[in-house]
Amino acid sequence: MRFIRIGSGAGYSGDRIEPAVELAEKGNINYLVFECLAERTIAIAQNAKLNDPTKGYDPLLTERFEAVLPICKKNGIKIITNMGAANPQAGAAKVREIATRLGLGKLKIAAISGDDVVEALKVSDTKILETGAPASSMASVLVSANAYVGAAPMVEALANGADVIITGRVADPSMFLAPQIHEFGWSQDDWDKIGKGTAVGHLLECGGQVTGGYYAEPGKKDVADLARLGFPIAEVSEDGAIVITKVEGSGGTVTEHTCKEQILYEVHDPKTYLTPDVTADFSQITFTEIAPNRIQVGGVTGRARTDTLKVSVGYNDGYMGEGQISYAGPGALARGQLALEIVKERLKITGVKANELRFDLIGVNSIHADVLAPAPEPTEVRVRVTGRCDSMKEAVRIGNEVETLYTNGPASGGGATKSAKQVVAMLSALFPRDKVVPVIEYLEA
Amino acid sequence: MKLFDIAHSRTGDKGNISNISVIVYDQKDYERVREYVTPERVKAHFKGIVNGEVVRYEIPTLGALNFVMQDALGGGVTRSLALDAHGKCLASALLAMDIPAKN
Repeated sequence: MRFIRIGSGAGYSGDRIEPAVELAEKGNINYLVFECLAERTIAIAQNAKLNDPTKGYDPLLTERFEAVLPICKKNGIKIITNMGAANPQAGAAKVREIATRLGLGKLKIAAISGDDVVEALKVSDTKILETGAPASSMASVLVSANAYVGAAPMVEALANGADVIITGRVADPSMFLAPQIHEFGWSQDDWDKIGKGTAVGHLLECGGQVTGGYYAEPGKKDVADLARLGFPIAEVSEDGAIVITKVEGSGGTVTEHTCKEQILYEVHDPKTYLTPDVTADFSQITFTEIAPNRIQVGGVTGRARTDTLKVSVGYNDGYMGEGQISYAGPGALARGQLALEIVKERLKITGVKANELRFDLIGVNSIHADVLAPAPEPTEVRVRVTGRCDSMKEAVRIGNEVETLYTNGPASGGGATKSAKQVVAMLSALFPRDKVVPVIEYLEA
Repeated sequence: MKLFDIAHSRTGDKGNISNISVIVYDQKDYERVREYVTPERVKAHFKGIVNGEVVRYEIPTLGALNFVMQDALGGGVTRSLALDAHGKCLASALLAMDIPAKN
C-alpha cells in the first residue's frame, strides 16, 4: 500500500522554527505544512497591506523559508502554508526572492487568493452569525472578510507541479488534506476518505499540541524534553489508514491521550465537524498505540459538505487600555483590593468614558473569578485594570490611573505597567460557496 | 476527590464559545464521570464566567465528554478584557470540580 508522510511545521504564526527544520532534515517527509494564520492575524495583515502593497504576508515568512527551503529543496519536500495571509502574491514573490538569493535552482511557487470577500460583504444582506445584523450595516467598521477556502485549489496547484503553495485564508485541515487527495487521486466527493484526510489535518494543524505540547501535568501527565518538542508527522495510506508520529529522538510524546485531547480541540459536535471540504465525523474515532510514539487512528468518516463557506469578519472595535501594579508581603491582598477601589473611583471622578471595565487581582481571581475556592493569603498580588473605549485618548487614561497609584495609592506599590491598543475584533458569517472564486497564480524561480 | 484525579482536559475557543474536553485516564471511570459531570453541573461550576447554554457531547470510544459553552469568553478572544482571553485555563478550572468518591 502506497503511503505519504506529512509534517506539521508550525501551529501558529509565532511558533518555534527549528522543529520544522528537524522535520525537513530527519522526518523523512514528503510534505511540510505550516499553519500560521489565526482568526485575527489576517485583519492585522490587511492593515499592513493597506500601508504597503508589498506587505501583508506573515511577518515570519522570510525567517521560516530561509530556514527550511534549502533542506526541503534538497530532500524533495513540498511546502504548503497559509503564510500568504492578506497578500499571498507578495508572499510568493518573497519566497521566489529567497530561492534565487540562496541559489536553490528551479522552484515553482503557487499563490492562492480569492478568499477576500470584504467588498462583497459590505453590500451584502448576509447575516452576521453572532449578532443577526446584516453585514452591510457594519460596512463603515469592516477591516477584513475572508472566506475559508477548501483543498481544491491546492490540489490543482500540486497537479500543476507546484513545489511551494502560499495561500491566504484556507481552512487549516484543508492544507493537510490537499496532498492526500493529490497523491492518492481521491475523488473530492468520496466523503469517507475526505473525512479521514480531514482528521489528519485536524490532528496536525496545531503543531506540537499533539506531540505533548499544551498537555503536561507534572506527576500525572509527564512529558519529556518539552524544550526540544518534536512536531508531528502523519503517515497516511492510499486507503485512508492513518498513523500519527514524530521525528525519532525529538522531545515530547505521542500517545493515545495526546491524540484524544487534540481531536476534540476547538470541536463542537464531534459528529459534525464542518470544513469547506466535508462534514467530518469524529464521533466513533479510536486511537491505538501500535509502537511507542506511533498512534493508529481509526473510526473516522464523513458526509457531504455544506453549500456555504464560513467567513471570518474583522472589524474595528474601539481601543483597549490597561494598567497593572504589584503589591507584596503581609497585607498584599488588602492593599491590592484598596488599589482597585481607588482606580474605580478615579475613573468615575475624572470621567473616563469606557464601554466596559474589568478589575482583576492577578494571583487571586483574574482567571477563574470565583469558580475556585479562595486561596490562602497570597504573598504577592498584581492589580490589573482594563477597559474598552471609543478613542485611544480615553483608553490611555485607564493605564494612567493605575500608574498614579505609585505616589497616590496604597503603600509599596511597584512595577506599574500600562498600555493601550486598537482592537480589531472578529465575527463570522456564512457565504454562498459559488460566490467565492479561488485564484491561482504561478511564479517560477 | 476531584475530577483532576481521574480525568484530563483541554480547552479550545471559537469566537465567544469555549469547548472543554474531559477525558478519563482509565476507561473504567467513564460511566461515573458521564453520570456526574452533567451540563447543569458544569454550568453551575462556571457561574460568573459562562453566561450562555452548556451542551455536552459524549464520545465513548475516547472515554471523553465535550462541553460546548456559549457566551463564555467575554465577547471572544479578539475583544475580551480577560487576562486569559482564550479561556485556555478553563480546562484546569473544570478539573477542580469535586466528584463523589467511588462507593
